[in-house]
Amino acid sequence: MEQLIRSGFSGRVTKSGFLGAARSMSTAWWSHVEPAAKDPILGVTEAFLADPSPNKVNVGVGAYRDDNGKPVVLGCVREAERRIAGNLNMEYLPMGGSVKMVEETLKLAYGENSDLIKDKRIAAVQALSGTGACRLFADFQKRFSPDSQIYIPVPTWSNHHNIWRDANVPQRTFHYYHPESKGLDFASLMDDVKNAPNGSFFLLHACAHNPTGVDPTEEQWKEISYQFKVKGHYALFDMAYQGFASGDPERDAKSIRIFLEDGHLIGCAQSYAKNMGLYGQRVGCLSMVCEDEKQAVAVKSQLQQIARPMYSNPPIHGALVVSIILTDPDLKKLWLKEVKGMADRIIGMRTSLRENLENLGSPLSWDHITKQIGMFCYSGMTPEQVDRLTNEFHIYLTRNGRISMAGVTTGNVGYLANAIHEVTKTA
Amino acid sequence: MSIANDSVFSHIVHAPEDPILGVTVAYNKDQSPVKLNLGVGAYRTEEGKPLVLNVVRKAERLLVDDNSRVKEYLPITGLADFNKLSAKLIFGANSPAVSENRVVTVQCLSGTGSLKVGASFLGRHYHQKIIYIPLPTWGNHPKVFTIAGLSVKSYRYYNPSTRGLDFQGLLEDLGNAPNGSIVLLHACAHNPTGVDPTPHQWDQIRQLMRAKALLPFFDSAYQGFASGSLDADADAVRKFVADGGECLAAQSYAKNMGLYGERVGALSIVCKSADVAPRVESQLKLVIRPMYSSPPIHGASIVATILKNEEMYREWTVELKAMADRIIRMRQQLFYALKDKGTPGDWSHIVKQIGMFTFTGLNSKQVEFMAKEYHIYMTSDGRISMAGLSSKTVPHLTEAIHAAVSNVA
Repeated sequence: MEQLIRSGFSGRVTKSGFLGAARSMSTAWWSHVEPAAKDPILGVTEAFLADPSPNKVNVGVGAYRDDNGKPVVLGCVREAERRIAGNLNMEYLPMGGSVKMVEETLKLAYGENSDLIKDKRIAAVQALSGTGACRLFADFQKRFSPDSQIYIPVPTWSNHHNIWRDANVPQRTFHYYHPESKGLDFASLMDDVKNAPNGSFFLLHACAHNPTGVDPTEEQWKEISYQFKVKGHYALFDMAYQGFASGDPERDAKSIRIFLEDGHLIGCAQSYAKNMGLYGQRVGCLSMVCEDEKQAVAVKSQLQQIARPMYSNPPIHGALVVSIILTDPDLKKLWLKEVKGMADRIIGMRTSLRENLENLGSPLSWDHITKQIGMFCYSGMTPEQVDRLTNEFHIYLTRNGRISMAGVTTGNVGYLANAIHEVTKTA
Repeated sequence: MSIANDSVFSHIVHAPEDPILGVTVAYNKDQSPVKLNLGVGAYRTEEGKPLVLNVVRKAERLLVDDNSRVKEYLPITGLADFNKLSAKLIFGANSPAVSENRVVTVQCLSGTGSLKVGASFLGRHYHQKIIYIPLPTWGNHPKVFTIAGLSVKSYRYYNPSTRGLDFQGLLEDLGNAPNGSIVLLHACAHNPTGVDPTPHQWDQIRQLMRAKALLPFFDSAYQGFASGSLDADADAVRKFVADGGECLAAQSYAKNMGLYGERVGALSIVCKSADVAPRVESQLKLVIRPMYSSPPIHGASIVATILKNEEMYREWTVELKAMADRIIRMRQQLFYALKDKGTPGDWSHIVKQIGMFTFTGLNSKQVEFMAKEYHIYMTSDGRISMAGLSSKTVPHLTEAIHAAVSNVA
């Protein structure tokens, strides 16, 4: 028994009915699928690209631009790629990724002469940039501390919420940003640390907090570390901007080193997206300090089990670029110079933006622009003011008022300052 | 007073080795000069070396020498060119589904990543959260689907006594599946068995599935590698798309372009109508963003460079056919060697099976024996990667199989 079924869309007629079952082909299994909300950060670039205005400025996504507003491929990266191109094979990496790349990456975070590295106490795997590292940790946390929650600072990078949500780990927040001072709400932060149940998991931004650019001082980090010891809390550091914040990678890792000195068994998510400009290559690392080598081996094996059904093994190209650069003394020197160059340009733009606003006679205080650190400035503008910037001035940024200083140039800083002044002068 | 800073993870035990990737770990530890790795499915030359295709080297140099290229983040869905070209590759240049804008394609991390994103999407949005996978299948399949929240069941596929397809069993099991269930199909060169349905059998499978509204999820990891022809190897997928129904397809460039470690692949979802497709794409983005934000650029750029250039595309098909042909030669050599040696058993499945692997029929004890006594490594299900063989090593393997079959029950 056969039935002629009219296909829902094209009107073509097909024969069907193997068992005579006349199943009318409904118009798709996906008709109930709602259009998803645009990603608040990546959606900004999409909108920017669609804008035909010649004056448009993109200070949305955190990707570095040179003073001509162009993306940059670092010289050390180009050289590394020349050495790779057509010369190396493309075999699968192990599930845990490139051993060499991971070794070098741990040195950056934990220190060249770290005892933890010597004693093989760190479980570490190559990850898909910072996002992938956080996701591996979140999945691991869910599997091995199933009753735990994650404390996330307010505000934070929006994707952090998506990551722990998709990993099914319940989220709590802790105070971080102080809107009135546009600085750190240290007292409330410490209260939240003290009030959290003992042994809670906390997500900390190691340096150059995203989106606020507000970092604790060294003294404050020491107090946080001490309180963490008292409470037995777990610290996961998300370090996406090492080298980018101050221009000195060692300095930018200070918070981590303070925790390590105090004996914390931390976790650390590292990314080479910004500091080596490897954005689209997706290169990063997740590491977890363990009590001994045996535990580190066990933990690493479990991290690999999480990676395997997600993507089997991580991409090789970016990892090769990183290991070539970091194991060649001349290339490493060049990299450090280029990272400092990027950080210095941003610091210069901060100064310039602030000066411009002050010269325009803005009634507001803008010293947070130079106090904050890293790629972003949390301007303090409201979503409505941001909308005006976009609609009237074709300036694109996220609605939380976060400006990517990397997108500011000597060419557009005047225009930007003027526009900000226009929308805030009657604030 | 401080709470003792014990690790919160001190209860963690060492995870078992991955059954497939663990083989290479064991192989690497072995010191024997005659050791042979027939485990993971990565192509080797006659000299036993990994191979980077010439056209890939060429593409890579072009990319490096192009100073206008940058390393910016790709969109969440990946490189647009790559996506379009990948859809064209699997669905065909004249696919109405593509020209009618009914196909969503997103770049993913090779085959695994494409399966993972598709499975997660189905786990979230599809009404029938059961997936049927063939028995046997690639070792990583069950985990990928289970973690995505799907209930994994199996359908009969391989018949150990004929070493061929258990077609009746397959039809029965799919016939008994609840309507709307998802069905995982290996597009060609079934892994691990190398046993594929005939075109006529594919047609019957398709009709049964459409009658029960079973949702096809194709895993295409060997297009071009099975028969040497990219079009022939995509025929099953294209017939399903041609009947106007919906399906998912996971593509990998690991083997057919030798891009293994670059992790290049694509997930396509063929929808009934063009208005559904953008909504589906937007939801796929929500799956991807909290996983790794966006896919890696390098490998996809190489693929796009090759696929969009007529001359390079042609070069690729030639190199691909050469790989497929070498594998077919190895099958013949091994088969005749075993025959000449008088090894007990019928070994014709070696030349009947297709693709990178041979499901030898060796049991796990025999496999262990071959590793221990002959330093030959394969997965415990007796699957050998023909790509890892060369004319030089066929005699060693022949000896080992002969010994295993004769001495180990």
